[in-house]
Amino acid sequence: MALVNFIVILLAGGVLAGLSERINPTLPRRVSLAVILLDLVYLLSVYSGLDGASAQAPQGNWLLYFHHTWIARFGINIELAMDGLSFLMSALTLVLGAIAVVSSWNEIARQQGFFQANILWTLAGVLGVFLALDLFLFFLFWEVMLVPMYLLIAIWGHEDKAYASMKFFIFTQVSGLLMLLSILVLVNLHHSATGSYSFSYFDLLNTPLQPSTAGWVMLGFFIAFLVKLPGFPVHTWLPDAHTQAPTAGSVILAGILLKTGAYGLIRFTVSLFPAASMAFAPIAMALGAAGVIYGAVLAFAQTDFKRLVAYSSISHMGFVLLGVFAWNSLAIQGAIMQMVAHGFSTAALFMIAGALQQRLHTRDMRQMGGLWARMPRMGAMTMFFVVASLGLPGLGNFVAEFLVLLGLFKVDPVLCAIAALGLITAAIYSLMLLQKSFQGEPGPDRQIKDFGWLEMGTMAVMVIGLIWLGIYPQPVLDIAANSSFGSSVMEVATASLVK
Amino acid sequence: MTAADFTSLLPLLVIAAGIVVLMMQIAFFRQGALSWLLCCGTLLLTALSIAPASQVPAQVTPLIAADSYSLFFTAVVVLAALFTALLSREYLEHRKGENEEFYLLLLLATSGAVVLVQATHLASLLLGLELLGVALYALIAYPERSEQSLEAAIKYLVLSGAASAILLFGFALMYAVLGTLSFTEIGQRLAEVSLHEHAVLITVATAMVFAGIAFKLSLVPFHMWTPDVYHGAPAPITGFLATVSKGAVFVAVMRLFLSAELYSYQGVITGLVVLAIASMLVGNLLALLQDNLKRLLAYSSIAHLGYLLIALILFSSLSRALAVEAASYYLVAYTVMTLAAFALVSIISNRGETEQDLIEDLKGLLWQRPFLATLLITALLSLAGIPLTAGFIAKFYIVTIGAAENTWLLLSALILGSGLGIYYYLRTIYVMTQKREAADGTVVAKPSITASLVVVTLLILVLWLGIYPQQIMEYLHAVASTLA
Repeated sequence: MALVNFIVILLAGGVLAGLSERINPTLPRRVSLAVILLDLVYLLSVYSGLDGASAQAPQGNWLLYFHHTWIARFGINIELAMDGLSFLMSALTLVLGAIAVVSSWNEIARQQGFFQANILWTLAGVLGVFLALDLFLFFLFWEVMLVPMYLLIAIWGHEDKAYASMKFFIFTQVSGLLMLLSILVLVNLHHSATGSYSFSYFDLLNTPLQPSTAGWVMLGFFIAFLVKLPGFPVHTWLPDAHTQAPTAGSVILAGILLKTGAYGLIRFTVSLFPAASMAFAPIAMALGAAGVIYGAVLAFAQTDFKRLVAYSSISHMGFVLLGVFAWNSLAIQGAIMQMVAHGFSTAALFMIAGALQQRLHTRDMRQMGGLWARMPRMGAMTMFFVVASLGLPGLGNFVAEFLVLLGLFKVDPVLCAIAALGLITAAIYSLMLLQKSFQGEPGPDRQIKDFGWLEMGTMAVMVIGLIWLGIYPQPVLDIAANSSFGSSVMEVATASLVK
Repeated sequence: MTAADFTSLLPLLVIAAGIVVLMMQIAFFRQGALSWLLCCGTLLLTALSIAPASQVPAQVTPLIAADSYSLFFTAVVVLAALFTALLSREYLEHRKGENEEFYLLLLLATSGAVVLVQATHLASLLLGLELLGVALYALIAYPERSEQSLEAAIKYLVLSGAASAILLFGFALMYAVLGTLSFTEIGQRLAEVSLHEHAVLITVATAMVFAGIAFKLSLVPFHMWTPDVYHGAPAPITGFLATVSKGAVFVAVMRLFLSAELYSYQGVITGLVVLAIASMLVGNLLALLQDNLKRLLAYSSIAHLGYLLIALILFSSLSRALAVEAASYYLVAYTVMTLAAFALVSIISNRGETEQDLIEDLKGLLWQRPFLATLLITALLSLAGIPLTAGFIAKFYIVTIGAAENTWLLLSALILGSGLGIYYYLRTIYVMTQKREAADGTVVAKPSITASLVVVTLLILVLWLGIYPQQIMEYLHAVASTLA
């Protein structure tokens, strides 16, 4: 039941936040923050109270399991489950959700209630994606979380919001339909093999598949997740959506929504179709490496602060793709690590971008420069997250990218060398970002407010998180290892290594 | 005829009696409110009379069948007409002149639709079609002072008349070859006669019947009339036209298809595939270019009929029962969500004498009338096929069977069409969410209680069909397995 509550709390909180605007226009953001923190505390307390073997899941290593019949006609159930990976992702969602609310604390001038409601509903959808194990339910959350996110960009976005929000929605929706098609082919194959419909992950794991069919079905899932990740060459929605979204929207997009794509790859693409994914791995890895380099090169060409960070996301998420398809435990741990570390570093950079835009009314770095003198605290924070994102040893992103490269080297040294170039290019564009905006000649004298205690507090959370991930990553790796995606994936991986 | 036969015919008898009573009332005591009440009462009674009729499912004369399939759709048609009647009241209040005949015509059109839904014979099919069509000509032209309505009515009159003539000619040629007009007997004779010997006649007859029916369903390339007529007709009638009129024809076609086993002829299926793909793509593409909400919905309904045709095509597959179930579900979902969309358009655009039905006119609706806007957004998302709505389950059905039967060409057209569809539905939603710059006085009036109740009921149905479809799925499953 706890699994349902995690989602319902956010949904109900959204309604509450929306209504609270009638009492006081500043109330919604407080309600929203309180609801997210409540959900986070609840999640952590449930997690710490687990005794290990409480879940009644049909197979595998699950911490929590919930099952309720929904549409019996097609064997559709409300089936939720949590393992180490989904716990990690859910906790990340709630932490970054709280950060997103704070990052837009003073940004939204109108319709605050509806704004906060949409944030909470998006988070509910994302949690659903991370927890759903019935493929119908998963698809439902996958699609439904788009609507509030679309509204966030379309209503509170910047100058080019109509184009950006539309592009975001259409890319995800159409690729989602491909996934739906794949799900239904899989369900039909299961139906013809057993005579009954089922959308359950556990039933579909064991569907007998012809290698050729498996390849096509896998591709449907892969494309949907690649769009969301976003991977080269279906990444073009991301720079627009990130740039035009309000700060909270960018934080949620970069920090959480992109991770649903990575999560989908690990949980569904690779686990449901191990053999087909194995065969497809060289192409997937090539796309990953291409994304790393391509994102970095384009990031270097940007003059818009937010757009630069957006392109850097494409580069960083390329490492996730590489890690997932390198087929060994080192690389996959690196990919999971990257999901968490990138969530923090990019969310922080987007928050800084939002703060800059609010203060300077521009995102153009050519009009910035010398800001350190005016805003030393913001400058220091930017410095920290820039070096984190370029992969400075001792911080989370370094551990992640290092693990991925280490795992990758065993499989494909050439691709590994290409991807390692990404670390150098990351240093170039990241330092350029810092230099153009915060260093150099100060512009005309302006009164600019530095970060206040609320912003610094939020930043501190992410700073501590990244340092912790960088110096002592073992707990996160342990939690991630306590997942059930491992078994089938690793079996195939070992089998292929032995061969 | 026995007493049981009369029980089976009860819905038709009730609505016919209601028509006579309403006509008398208008002749002797002209009063708008009373006419409206009589119309709604008749429809309600008709809906209630379905329950006793369903106790004795029977074929009454060769013309009409009152089985679970036709009674289910009778209920859908009658309820849709009831919603239309409830909405029309407010719409007509803005209009001076005699409004009583509007309700009479609505009842006549509904009785035509009921005959169509229950038809098992080409004669009753044509009878229903004409009863529906003739009443609709007048309904479209009802706001007679508006040029657009008259233009729409004349277009519909001429084109629909031509289509009926072609259809009739096709039936006649068919009769010349087969010597029968009953659905089931057509199938038997078709299997017996040598198709080679009558190749020309059969081909011409089929082509004519196809063209006539495709016109009534506004499938591409017989869709030219749809946007103009939808645009010109009064908004509640546009909803009726898009749901009851199309739906009833489709129900009759489905029965013809099943009883006569037309799905076993490859030529028929190929023709349908072409029509379906053209409708999905052209309908969605042209919808992109519209700036009028009613025209946009007209093109979107063309596209939806294309999706629906996929289910009809899949009657030829092994999963026939499932395809019938899917088509029936799709029809119900389409009726509910389209009716909801047009009901909301009718409420929102009804400001004074003229309709303000441009997409631009919706600007700021989310902040002006958040309740109406939320309902309209839900209806549009359902039409776009987003989960939790009826529209999604409907597409889910089609894709499930399509994937089982490997009809990749049709499914790619469906995915492409849906992708295009998202664009124009979202554009409409986007306009609603934007702030209106200056208050230029055209505030959307608060809807009346009746109208609010109607749209809320429809939207609850949209969500109920989308979130908890188990019951209706089971029901349709049972209906479909008796038929297929």
